[in-house]
Amino acid sequence: MSQDMQMLFLGLGLFLTLASVIAKALQYHHAQGQKRAGQPPSASPVLENLTARIKAWWGMIIVLAIAFYFGDLGVIVLFFLVSFYALREFLTLVPTRHSDYPALFAAFYFALPMQYFLIAIDWYSLLVIFIPVYLFLLLPILAALGGDTTRYLERTSKVQWGLMIAVYCVSAIPALLLLDIEGFAGRNLLLIAWFILVVQLSDVLQYVCGKLFGKTKIAPTLSPSKTVEGFVGGILLSMVVGAALYHLTPFAPWQAALIALLVNLLGFAGGIVMSAIKRDCKVKDWGHMIEGHGGMFDRIDSVCFAAPVFFHLVRYWWT
Amino acid sequence: MKWFVSMAAALVRLVIIVAAKLITGAKALGQVPSLDTYGQPRVYIANHTSHGDFVLLWAALHPALRKRVRPVAGADYWQAGPLRRFIIHHVFNGVLIARRNKHEPNADDPLAPMLDALKQGDSLIFFPEGTRNLAEPNPELGYTPLLPFKSGLYHLLNRAPHVPCVPVWIANLNRVMPKGRSLPLPLLCTLNFAPPLLLQHGEDKLAFLQRAEQALLGQAPGEAQ
Repeated sequence: MSQDMQMLFLGLGLFLTLASVIAKALQYHHAQGQKRAGQPPSASPVLENLTARIKAWWGMIIVLAIAFYFGDLGVIVLFFLVSFYALREFLTLVPTRHSDYPALFAAFYFALPMQYFLIAIDWYSLLVIFIPVYLFLLLPILAALGGDTTRYLERTSKVQWGLMIAVYCVSAIPALLLLDIEGFAGRNLLLIAWFILVVQLSDVLQYVCGKLFGKTKIAPTLSPSKTVEGFVGGILLSMVVGAALYHLTPFAPWQAALIALLVNLLGFAGGIVMSAIKRDCKVKDWGHMIEGHGGMFDRIDSVCFAAPVFFHLVRYWWT
Repeated sequence: MKWFVSMAAALVRLVIIVAAKLITGAKALGQVPSLDTYGQPRVYIANHTSHGDFVLLWAALHPALRKRVRPVAGADYWQAGPLRRFIIHHVFNGVLIARRNKHEPNADDPLAPMLDALKQGDSLIFFPEGTRNLAEPNPELGYTPLLPFKSGLYHLLNRAPHVPCVPVWIANLNRVMPKGRSLPLPLLCTLNFAPPLLLQHGEDKLAFLQRAEQALLGQAPGEAQ
């Protein structure tokens, strides 16, 4: 790990320690308040949720640190696993029929490993079109060969959509390793760390700002917990952090701020879209991967939408 | 030799459990039986859409409880061949029952092996639909509906009325390995445990079977939670 990376993880560790201490203090305060009011002790759902989120963050930071320690290959393997879990959650949730077996088989055992293999061998021209073009053609062929026309278009679209969001979009993050940015050689891992930090921090800060100042619901039918105050506060604060950490990137401070703003807006949109899909499938969470915490997609919905745009933006302007 | 067989069975069990959890997650939700119920017989009833149903339910239980949970299986299928016999007897400690046979109407009481197991404090995994349901998942419901329960469950509990029956909905397993496919897809499976039911004193056969069916359907995705 480079020194910058060590400092970054050290900083995150300190920040999370602080967050854990604050959460404990709030819980103590809550219990004391109940004692004084003579109420029986009961857990506050907001505090429980906060503690669970902090715990999940500790887990995420540790997993990321391990992957970054192993360098490029570690990051590729990590995102391969993220894609696998995300694809699995997506295809578990959307209904398919028995005759979709060949298409699902191709998605899990061919498209997913192939996409990450293409990244590992640095074959840019194929990896950007592999899923959007070749799988787009292959999946309906496999489905048609099964001879089952019930809900045909709907079924093939679902598998394609799952591959695009869970594999193609997620794989744009490790694909950042392939970019040859002038004067930035050997530092691409830092750019990945900066991107993940900015997008995830915006999620956290939107949640915190929403809890503190939230009044006006921004998308009541899709995501009743999202508020205008949380949206504005979270995105602006995370933009400031993104600009402050510009030395991790090839960007000037003002460029870092603008790009942070853009990926945060996209991340917010991703949260809304994935929420709409959950409502459509009539579930609250994508899965049960983390106890009481939903699944992989509940954590990475914002990253999915921001990653491909970020990748192509950097590729177009900085290489 | 005996030692070798039991070692081999333990190894196969471990491989099966690890594979089931890796491929499907085998996540137990709802009123999952706790360790306090150890040694108390239960009849776990589940929807039956795949050959892997009993394996998944068995793998999802607490390791200590799992030792005393025995799948009920058809003798005709599992007695054919040494490999099947090894798997059902040594790996799963299954309870084999003879299916009703028109040619031998005076055969032994088919319930006897199950009642013996319950008497010893073992639990059973039992599929009250009687046969595998190979229908496609219903697109509106999002799952494969149940076939009407056969009366076997009622007759069993009628002769062991103190034994609670625990409905468990196994979601998604028929998509992991549709009929005729050999490589499983890594889709997530959940097992939703309902609160235990008891056959009421004097409860009518039809009424009880309907109650059990409703309790099991109540755990189907989209209904519970």
